[in-house]
This record gives sequence, structure tokens and C-alpha cells, in this order.
Amino acid sequence: MTGAEVPSIVAVVLVAVATLAIGTWGLRFSRTTSDFFVASRTVRPALNASAIGGEYLSAASFLGVAGLVMAFGADMLWYPVGWTAGYLLLLALVAAPLRRSGAYTLPDFAEARLGSARVRAVCSVLVVAIGWLYLFPQFQGAGLTLEAALGAPRWVGPVVVGLVVLVNVMSGGMRSITFVQAFQYWLKLTALLVPALAMVLVWVGDGAPNPTDVAGVGDPGPLWSLPLGSGGGQGLYLTYSLIVATFLGTMGLPHVVVRFYTNPDGRAARRTTLVVLALLGFFYLLPPVYGALGRVYAASGTADVLVLELPRLVVGGVGGDLLTALVTGGAFAAFLSTSSGLSIAVAGVISQDVIGRSEHSGVTSFRLGAVVAVVVPCVLAVAAPDVGVARAVGLAFAVAASTFCPLLVLGIWWRGLTPAGAIAGLLAGFVGSGTGVAYSLRSSEATSWLAVLLSQPAAWSVPLAFATMWSVSRATPSQVPRHTPRFLVRLHTPEDLRLERGLERHV
Amino acid sequence: MSSGWRRPWRRTHLGTEADRATFRTLHSASLASPALREGLTVDSAGRSIRHLRDLLGTPALALTDVDSLLAWDGIASHHEGQAAPIAQRTAEAGDTRVADRDEVDCGRPGCEIRAAVASPLVVEDRIVGTLQVYAPVATAGLVQAADEVAQWVSGQLDLAELDASRTRLMEAEVRALRAQISPHFIYNSLGAIASFVRTDPERARELLLEFADFTRYSFRRHGDYTTLAEELRSVERYLLLEQARFGDRLGVTLRIAPEVLPVTVPFLCIQPLVENAVRHGLTGESGHISIVARDLSQEALIEIEDDGAGNDPETIRRALAGDPSTDSVGLANVDARLRATFGDDYGLVVETAPGAGTKVIVRVPKFAAGVHA
Repeated sequence: MTGAEVPSIVAVVLVAVATLAIGTWGLRFSRTTSDFFVASRTVRPALNASAIGGEYLSAASFLGVAGLVMAFGADMLWYPVGWTAGYLLLLALVAAPLRRSGAYTLPDFAEARLGSARVRAVCSVLVVAIGWLYLFPQFQGAGLTLEAALGAPRWVGPVVVGLVVLVNVMSGGMRSITFVQAFQYWLKLTALLVPALAMVLVWVGDGAPNPTDVAGVGDPGPLWSLPLGSGGGQGLYLTYSLIVATFLGTMGLPHVVVRFYTNPDGRAARRTTLVVLALLGFFYLLPPVYGALGRVYAASGTADVLVLELPRLVVGGVGGDLLTALVTGGAFAAFLSTSSGLSIAVAGVISQDVIGRSEHSGVTSFRLGAVVAVVVPCVLAVAAPDVGVARAVGLAFAVAASTFCPLLVLGIWWRGLTPAGAIAGLLAGFVGSGTGVAYSLRSSEATSWLAVLLSQPAAWSVPLAFATMWSVSRATPSQVPRHTPRFLVRLHTPEDLRLERGLERHV
Repeated sequence: MSSGWRRPWRRTHLGTEADRATFRTLHSASLASPALREGLTVDSAGRSIRHLRDLLGTPALALTDVDSLLAWDGIASHHEGQAAPIAQRTAEAGDTRVADRDEVDCGRPGCEIRAAVASPLVVEDRIVGTLQVYAPVATAGLVQAADEVAQWVSGQLDLAELDASRTRLMEAEVRALRAQISPHFIYNSLGAIASFVRTDPERARELLLEFADFTRYSFRRHGDYTTLAEELRSVERYLLLEQARFGDRLGVTLRIAPEVLPVTVPFLCIQPLVENAVRHGLTGESGHISIVARDLSQEALIEIEDDGAGNDPETIRRALAGDPSTDSVGLANVDARLRATFGDDYGLVVETAPGAGTKVIVRVPKFAAGVHA
């Protein structure tokens, strides 16, 4: 370890301590006291949107994209484009009706829409599966970051992040405090923006060399900037599959849906989504800049840690060390916020639907759930360290797109959906995309068509899930829940329209 | 040989013919029961009548209220028009009767229906409708069967009535809560506002508007549920009015996590608790109330705490059990409605001791099937 790493260590420790401190004593500054009579002020769309951005921008966005763009060129821009455009579909198809359904989690929505405990159970399992698949690359990214910035062994990162998240979630802190998560977005943005500006200045000073003139690790020279430069038919399939997975997967992520509950009504949910689009659009301008500069200054570097190494290579000296520290701190914040949000979502589902309230008190079962939620992907990250961060996140999106997307879209827009159809479609989508995941985690060979189809399953598994859900529902029309028309009216009627909404008696 | 072992197998698995008939009957009855448990309406009659006809095995069956047809199932629907007059006469007679020949005669030569047996449906000693069995002949067995099925249907309708009255009771309690807010509070608030009219007319005007909004919310008639945001807004207005009356003697702290504001809660489930806190917390010279709402991811936690005289836990236990002699009437009502809405896991928790103030803890899930504002 040399002196150059000191600022990075300080940054990581600072972020971890700050996170723990907010978790333990925090809460208070989120909404302090005796300012009387502001109690019912709801969360504004702009704040909630920042919070969604803070929780959503994960290790893949922060680290993965830049490396992929550097290595494989313009095709990889579909990752950030898709992760942003997912919110466009969410905005158009899901946001407001989902909010009006009153559901807090995806299993809640399934239960409210289909009135079936069995569909709820299947959804709960899927939430846990997607959560683990998404947590796994976060922990892995942590391993890469600490290795690159501090020279620590690869397993240290997952263990450290896992512990911090676990302590945090267990202590009941950082539950899902909107303010804290909103702050995370701006922290991540700053951590990428400031070094990027500095590096662009250096690049201009160097006479602005063209990134395509450099022969990099992936496509040579000019092909780098062209979409589908060398992919051919398989490349085209991979691109479309990626588009399907990312566009449709966002709405099925457990920690994203939970945030929409905070909006006071459907209209606010739409406005929030609109702001999220703007925030993400701005953030995702930065990783490609890193990718292009990486092409010029670090053409032979490691893809996944490009963002961390680049400031030191471009700027150099103490300035470079400080910028590296900033990026490292930002990356660490990215892991912590995304993993906290996800762990809470997964732990909630485990404690509610798997452990159940009968055997333990609420707090105990939530803590048990948190342990399970964190330890499994942590072990996975230590055991399988070589799967690319962005690729693993892509698989989580593929599973979400093949399962919850059909459920949400058909559940909101089609009155013919039945519990049997929903279960069949969820299982078909899960088995389809899950096979792809299992294959990808074991092997990285991607030359034969079969391997290509399996490594990006969304393009066939999503239509498969839709078709199964539709056809099985058509085959079981007698199972259409009786409250369907009433429920759909509630989903699609704006709140300010006078309508008797309390029809379903419960007392 | 083969029949030698097959027969006992069949007997154990499907039962004798008589057993199977019993199972079929029970099955038909269980299918008819959910609809009937909603009371006797065109909708419930329409959904249950097919199963009732299976039960009786007759060509046609009618369900009526006391003077009109609700549902018809089976052949010969041109007899439908006869159901209403038969119902009226059965209701007058008050007992199972076989319709006269001219009441059922349709004049069509091929028509199978030649007789009708009508049996009254009785709920709480009141005839609410009839069950009419149409058949080629009215045998004694048919009369007996019609009578038995009508009695069973009456039993189901009785249960429906019970459900309905339980709901009505709950609603009456909410109405009582609304009424209970009124006299003292209205009198005191108006008194406090009056004291500002000359010294600070602007404040008096604001308080009056708050008062108007407060009463509008409390007396609203529609909906069993509201959002925590609405409920807290009303609590704020209430506290504002109480502060106008008590001045600095009443200190208030609110710490509300904005994430829990959209949670759906039973209407008026927080406000009575705050009223209790103000009433008990201001026993001495001055008092402090704090209201905290926290986000527990799947649930919201609301705590209402006062630093007043506190109470004997035994008294609170009796109040929660519904003893009307204690002065914490709202407590039992809120507790009962929370349990009825979210299940027994979600009752009130009260922490108190003499001299140590009182803390009431409300836990509500963020989502419960069928509960929405």
C-alpha cells in the first residue's frame, strides 16, 4: 500500500461511517420536530424522484457502463438508454394505476388484483430471486472497488458492504428515508461529474485526441463508434434482447415499485417518474464520457474498474488521488444505497410471506429476513467473482421483465387475467429467463447461437411469458375474479374525479 | 374375482349410492350458501338458484321476495308471471302451501308444469320471500323437501342479517364517535375563538375556518377509510383549536415520516386517541403531547404520548375490553375497528402507569387486501 491510496481509504471509511451514523441516530434530521403543523406535507415528486434515482443507480450504472463502452463501443450505450427508458414505459403503463391500487409491494399488487394467495406466494418467491440476482453484482462491485482502490483481496468488499448493510437494516435505520436516498443521487452525480469535468479539461489540453483512433481491447478503431460494428446477426439479437430486458425490467424491480407508494396519488406518481427520467438521463451522460476517455488514456485497463482508475491515469498527482477518492466514495455510496433498498425490500417479503408473523414478532422475523436477504448474495459474490457487473444486473432485469412486466401490464390493462394464467405466465417467464441466468453464471462462452440465446434470454422469454399468461387466462375464463371491473375502474380513474371508491366492504 | 376386490374399493372411495347422494346434496348446499349469505337480492338469488334447484332436483324453481319474482331457473319460463301472485298469497298464509290449479294453469298442452309448492322464507319471524318449486305433480315428498330447503335458506338469510347488523353496529359506533366529539369541544372552541374576535380578528377568522374544516371532516358521511395524511390534517386542526384555548399550557410535538402519509387507515382512528391524550395530559398546570409516525417498511407505526397523570393498566385493560364506566370510550372503539380491519395482530398497545403519562401505539400495515381510502 502506498500513500496514494490514503484518500480513497478515507473516502470509503467516511461513506461507511456516515451511512451507519445516519442509520443509528439519523432519522431525526429527516423530519425534525416542533415545527408544528407541517405533519401532513407529503413528499414532493422532485424529492421522491431523487430518492428513486439514488436507490436505482447501482454498481452497474456507476462502474459497469463506462467499462463496457470502452471495451465494446456504441452497442453498450443501450444499457444506460434502456435503464432510463424503462421509466418511460413505467410512466406510460404502470406508474399511476399501480399507485392507485394501494399496493406497497409487487406481491401486494398481485393479491389485490387477483385475490389469490397462491399468486401472492409465487410473486414473493420471484421478488426474493430478483432481489438476490440484483444484490449479487452490487456486492461484487464492492469487491472490485476495494481491490482496485485499496489493493484489498476480492472478498473484502462483499463482506464489508454486506456487514454495513446488515447492521443498518437490522438497526431499523435507513429504512427507506426519502431524504437520505435523495441525497445519495446527488452524491453519486457529483462523484462522477467533478472528475469527468477535470478529465475533459485535461483531454482538451492534450489536443482532444479522437477515441476511435485508438485500437482498444474490443472492436478496433473506427468500428468502436458504430452500432453493431462487428456483431452481425448475433449482435443484433443481443441488442434487441437487451432492449427488451431493460425497457420492460425496470417496472419489475422490487425496490423501485416500493418507492411509488410514497406518492400521494397517481398524478404525483406520474410526475415523479417524469423527473426520474430527467435525472437518470443526465446521470447517464457521464459513464460514456469515461468510456471514451478510457479509450484514449487507459485502452488496456480492466473494464469493470475503469471509472476508478481513470482519474489517476488522466490527471495524475495529488489531484488524481483526490479525484480517485471522490469516485471511490461515490461508488461505495452506490453499493450501500442500492443494496440497502434492495435488502429491505427482500427482507420485508421474506419476513412477511416466508417466515410469517405467527412464529416470531414482527421485529425478529424482519431481522431474520434481513440476514437471509444479505448473506445469500454475499456468499454468491465471494464464490463467483468473475461474472461482469453490468451483465449480472442485465440478467436481473431479464428475469424481472419476463415475470413481473407481464403481470403488471396485463393486470392493469386486461380484464381477462386469471390467477391460473398469472401463475403459468410467471413460471414460464421465470423458468425461461432463469435457465439463461444459470447458464450465464456458469459459463461465459458466447459464440454458438444457443449460448447467445441463453446469455440474453429476454427477447424470447418475455414474449413466452406474455403468451402463456394470455392463453392460460383465456382457457380459464371462469376464474376471472369477480371484483375485476371494479378494481380496474379504481386503477384508471383519476383521484379528483368524484367516485365511490369504498365499495369493497371489509368490516 | 375381479369384482371381488373392486367392490370394497369403490365403497371406501366413493361411498354407497346413498352416501354419494348426501355428498351431492351437501356440495350443492355449500355452493348456494355464499350468495345467500349476502341477503336476499336479485343478484344473490340469481347466483344461488341453480344450486338450490340441483338440491331439489325439480324441473323449475323460483325465488321471490314477498311480492315479486327475484330469480327463475329451469324449464317453462312462461310460468314466471305466476310467481308473484303465488308469493303474495303464500306470504299472507304464512305457511308452506300447494298452489291452486288455476294459479299454475298455463293452458299450453305440452307443458310439464302442472303444480307448484311455495314455502315462505322467514328471517327473524318475518316473511321476506318465498321459494317456489314447480313440478308435474305436488307429492307429499315434494312439499316436505320444499319446506326443508326453505328452512335452510331462511337459516342462511338469518346469518346474512347477523352480518349486516354487525356492520351496522360498527357504523353506529363510528357515528357515535363523531357525535361524541361535538358538544364540549364545539362549545370550548367557539368560546376560545370568541375571545380573539376583538383582540386579534385575523386569528379569529383563521381559527373559524379551521373549525369549519375540522367539523366537515369529522361529520363526513361516506367511506370507512381515509389516508393517514387526511387523518393527521384533522388532528392538526384539532390541536390548533385546542392550543387557541389552552395557549402555552399545551405543548405539542409532531414528528411524522412523510413516507407513511399515504397509508390507508380506518376513518377517525387517530383523532380520538389524540383527544384522549389532551384530556388526560392536561391534568396539571401544563402538558405536552407528542405524536410520532414512523416508517417500518411494511408497516407504519404511530405513537401518541402525553406526560399527564397516567393511568392504572388495569383500568386501560377494562376500557379496551369495552367497559363503559371508564372515561376512555374512544380507546375500545378504535381498538375494535383496527382489529376488524387489519386482523387481531393490529390492536392498540397502551403503555401507562400512574404518574408516568400514557403512550398509545397504533400499528397499521401499508397494504391490506380490500382496504382503501
